[in-house]
Amino acid sequence: MTAIRPFGLVRGLVIVGALAAFPFVFNEHWLVNIGVFTLMYAALATAWNMFAGYSGYISLGHVAFFGIGAYTVANTFSVSSPLRGSAYSFTSHAFMSIGSGYRPFYVLPLVGLAVALLSVPIGWVALRTRAITFAIVTLTLLFVFQNLAFNLRGVTNGSSGLSVPTPNFPVETYERPFYFAMLGVLVLGLLLSWHIGRNKLGLMLFAIREDEEKARGLGVRTTGVKLVTFALSAGLTAMAGGVWAYYLTYIYPQFAVDPLVMIGSVVPVFLGGRGTLWGPVLGALILVPAQQYMAYRLGASELYLVGYAAVFVVILLVLPRGILPSLGDAYERWRYRGARVTVQPEEVPAA
Amino acid sequence: MSFLRLHDVCAGYGQADILRGVSLELEAGTVTCVIGPNGAGKSTVLRVLSGLLKPRVGTVEFAGDPVGGLSPAVLLRKGIVHVPQERSLFPLMTIWDNLLMGGHSLRDGALARRRAGEIAERFPLIEERRHERAGTLSGGQQKLIEIARALMLDPRLILLDEPTMGLDAKARHAVFETVKSLNEGGRTILLVEQNARLGLSVSHVGAVMDMGVVRLVDEASKLLGDPRVAALYLGGNPDTRANGGAARAQG
Repeated sequence: MTAIRPFGLVRGLVIVGALAAFPFVFNEHWLVNIGVFTLMYAALATAWNMFAGYSGYISLGHVAFFGIGAYTVANTFSVSSPLRGSAYSFTSHAFMSIGSGYRPFYVLPLVGLAVALLSVPIGWVALRTRAITFAIVTLTLLFVFQNLAFNLRGVTNGSSGLSVPTPNFPVETYERPFYFAMLGVLVLGLLLSWHIGRNKLGLMLFAIREDEEKARGLGVRTTGVKLVTFALSAGLTAMAGGVWAYYLTYIYPQFAVDPLVMIGSVVPVFLGGRGTLWGPVLGALILVPAQQYMAYRLGASELYLVGYAAVFVVILLVLPRGILPSLGDAYERWRYRGARVTVQPEEVPAA
Repeated sequence: MSFLRLHDVCAGYGQADILRGVSLELEAGTVTCVIGPNGAGKSTVLRVLSGLLKPRVGTVEFAGDPVGGLSPAVLLRKGIVHVPQERSLFPLMTIWDNLLMGGHSLRDGALARRRAGEIAERFPLIEERRHERAGTLSGGQQKLIEIARALMLDPRLILLDEPTMGLDAKARHAVFETVKSLNEGGRTILLVEQNARLGLSVSHVGAVMDMGVVRLVDEASKLLGDPRVAALYLGGNPDTRANGGAARAQG
């Protein structure tokens, strides 16, 4: 619970301003495309960090909510939605048309809200476990939802995939609306993380991360605190999934609920700094362009996965707390360089 | 009417009762020290009062209301705070955030910050080192911050479980000075202390526990000179126990 610092506000505005200016400065399609994915992973990492980074609960199933968000948007706007009859009948109408093309972006908050509510019972069950058990339970969730996506053909059209109409955005700037939608989800995630971090909820989450039993001893309703944050995080993840589905225009189960997307949302958090506001964004800004660039240069080989594993090992060895906390420590050491430690007598408080 | 009243309270873990009919009364604004050998049930009394353990039988009344078996959160709201024996600060969080954690149940964030400010004025240690991690403090300093944190809810009854355990003489002095100053501010304090002489010296009333019952209650100054206390405190013999059990003194 600290006051808003002018430096923090300026830093936030500069970073978001720079991200907003990017597609105007670099308007090549492939660069803006990398930008869309970078922002997507920055948003996913921020959403994941809000729950896992703040509470210490490592969820490996968040990508299930990404998939639910993607299928929700796809089913709402797809003319071939199996929920509207035959999957192969292209004569049927969608639940809602995409209008001028921006309508799917406007329903995103609703998608986020719905998935957040849906995540409450799931989170309630998963959060009955702790630490490594929680990680495994949530990992199971990932595979359960991937299987459901393959087999609930009446909703997902199974492995045949589901199409979303392509909007009539101008060809020269086609990626821009998606870029700004992802930026919007990221900014929402940052604002929520920032708000939680400087409020009572954040204080209680940090206490849970450090010692859940002590927090309970102080009367913290730990399940409620974790559940609220889990739901917020799941809702944001679903919103990113919604934009992703609309951007790709065709989604398949193996990509909508993909362990690689899960890894892509976790590694930036560890690289940038768990539990920090900007760490996940920094991590994504470093990792995703590098990964996308490598994918361009090395073709469709999955060599970048080796790169990911290498990055993870390096983080664990060199920067176990991530870039931002390590920089913070270095700054503290520099500030107090050469200072003598003075031992102060313990104070007796006055009556 | 007494401020806090336990009558014939039995409680324990699993099948075994630790408390076997504890009766104790506290007057408002007093410091009461519970002494007794290890395993006498001193800490268990505090756990029952703070809601961490439900009494199996018996009644607990606080300010006239029955409170036996209520949850810790409800008892906190009623004004009973518990400072446990073990270190309970969050060592990686700042001292200031640790203090704020004491007021997490306050709905009004501004009130929590105002109270934290008032407490910081009273404990210069908080003001000086508020942005440092609590883990960097010494054991004695941590205990002071734990007591300071307990004040965030403006409690009416403070339960202190062996606050000087593992502390050196100077730190013990600081803790007891704090206890005295809190009591001068009108708060009722129930203190459990292994160091009987030191505990009784800051208290108005002393209660001697043994084998899960309160054997003796008297003015602290009288207990300090009572030969039966020494006998009971060392485990006692059956004769003394029988006499002690019958002894009832006014609090």
